Amino acid sequence: METYTLIVLLLAATIRVATPLLLAALAGMFSERSGVIDLGLEGKMLGAAFASAAVSAISGSAWLGLGAGIATAVLLALVIGFACITHRGNQVVAGTAVTIMVVGLGPTLALAWFNLGGHTPQLDGPGQRFVGLVWPWAQPAREHPLPGLLYAELLSGHNLIVYLAAALVPLSAWVLYRTRFGLRLRAVGENPHAVETAGISVNALRYRALIISGVLCGIAGTYLSTAASSGFVRDMTAGKGYLALAALIFGKWRPWPTLGACLLFAFTDALAVRLQGVALPVVGVIPVQFILALPYVLTVLLLAGFVGRAVAPHAIGVPYAKEK
Amino acid sequence: MNFPARVSIFLIALVLGGGAARAASDFAPAILFDFGGKFDRSFNQAAAEGAERFKKDTGIAYREFEISNAAQREQALVQMARRGATIIVAIGFTQASAVEKVAKQYPKLKFTIIDAVVDLPNVQSVNFREQESSFLCGMAAAMASKTGKVGFVGGMDIPLIRKFALGYTEGAKYVNPQAEVFQNMTGTTPAAWGDPTKGAELAKSQFGRGADVIFHAAGATGLGVMQAAKDAGKLSIGCDSNQNYLHPGSVLTSAVKGVDVAVYSAFQAAKDGTWKPGQQVLGLAENAVGYSIDEHNRKLITPEMEQRLVQAKADIISGKIKVSEYKAQ
Repeated sequence: METYTLIVLLLAATIRVATPLLLAALAGMFSERSGVIDLGLEGKMLGAAFASAAVSAISGSAWLGLGAGIATAVLLALVIGFACITHRGNQVVAGTAVTIMVVGLGPTLALAWFNLGGHTPQLDGPGQRFVGLVWPWAQPAREHPLPGLLYAELLSGHNLIVYLAAALVPLSAWVLYRTRFGLRLRAVGENPHAVETAGISVNALRYRALIISGVLCGIAGTYLSTAASSGFVRDMTAGKGYLALAALIFGKWRPWPTLGACLLFAFTDALAVRLQGVALPVVGVIPVQFILALPYVLTVLLLAGFVGRAVAPHAIGVPYAKEK
Repeated sequence: MNFPARVSIFLIALVLGGGAARAASDFAPAILFDFGGKFDRSFNQAAAEGAERFKKDTGIAYREFEISNAAQREQALVQMARRGATIIVAIGFTQASAVEKVAKQYPKLKFTIIDAVVDLPNVQSVNFREQESSFLCGMAAAMASKTGKVGFVGGMDIPLIRKFALGYTEGAKYVNPQAEVFQNMTGTTPAAWGDPTKGAELAKSQFGRGADVIFHAAGATGLGVMQAAKDAGKLSIGCDSNQNYLHPGSVLTSAVKGVDVAVYSAFQAAKDGTWKPGQQVLGLAENAVGYSIDEHNRKLITPEMEQRLVQAKADIISGKIKVSEYKAQ
């Protein structure tokens, strides 16, 4: 029974940890499927985390915070777009530059506005954060462990963004594979010249993809600062943008496998948290250092050995120049 | 003018402005904060409060620097030294090697380092017996716990934090020998001081295993721990600064550490000419560590609890209770 409870709690933690990764990975998917490498994921998320925490702190509304987070991330995405679509700059450089800029700009603005040393004020007023939604009958359901605990811990009790992220996976799959926009998006990442020949603007499509990427990153960043924690602190994305990119490659740029990759990364992370100081059968207590390295070791092993060939969109990273 | 140029001009203006703000007196104190920053509402903030109080009492401005990457430590120290600081207080154990190097280069300057030992004729090392306040917090946690299970979330996995953990565990077991203490470290790099999301996740996992009071010694990461405790309707224990005000009614108490007093008295002593190099280890007996009770947690600490804490404090000072000190292998 004890073990069962632990496993359920572990899975619930996996869902919480996977949410920002998944949102960022889907953001990357739209952008990269259109042929634009998205190294700006980290920066867009961090920018959104800052903007949403700041706006929520001032206005007292998490929803306005979400709006500000999305607006900021879209703006940053458009900056990347302007550099590498309109001006055909190097996509890797543009994305990295935006990330570096936000890493410095966030704390600087926070310092100037709130005078709290690069943090935003703590969000603890009512409605300033996205808090867990407890589903009906979740409390009584705990009494009946087998289905009840699963219901109470795994399904109920998460915040709105978690459910939104879960719904976005089938939605993204539908958009990508079942709509005209999705077809064009995939085509523009494989062979932009063919798309141009069909009379569709390559640049407009890529801009649209980047805007979608911005919206999703905005939600991911908002999750970090106003749902998972209460306020913005320096470097709070802590490499999640890059991990999301790894998950995207691991998932071969497809929505469902990407979901699997995000869940796997989140699971190892949640597991690492819980394995600390716990005596395991046979091996005993594993040193903390080893446990903390586990998610990264697993990532390297999986990426190196088990994924098989991950084929990137054919035209990725190549700025498109119209043929004269 | 391009962006980098503007930034650098802005920075130069900042630095010059800081120079102009210097008081007319020759005495120029300086303070170097660690990762987590001056407003981590914990360790560094306590130091900042000490420096602020000194400025208020004496009218002497101090120079300060918050590092954002490890390479800046030495640079910042050298900058401060070159620009005429009389005493430099470095906050945090991670500054030790930088202080050692710069103190050798400037043998006439006074350096004070908090939480580490640097054995040089011009360095004063101030350390605390955190295990003593942690012991008392462990007692408070075990007394407040209904499940008999309490938790500890540390920041970076270093001997200093192990020291907190060990004292806390001993305190909890002193009250309730059957008490179960869960212990987690956030990470092994300095980033572990600034990851509230991870802190909240660690706290949730401990609550899931049955803990109902969690003590954090994790700088800004601890803010996530305390938030998670509030969200779950459980109790947390703050660290380094008095953090009771952060979530009134949910913070049982805080293990306070007199970093502010240490900074203040280092500045003051240097000003009066009574500053001495060497090692200082401060604990309950010197009133440099302890637990906090104020209007925010008054209701959580019952008179019986307080009585036992006061008794245990006296016993630790008299040597009747021996709190072990963590020794790294």
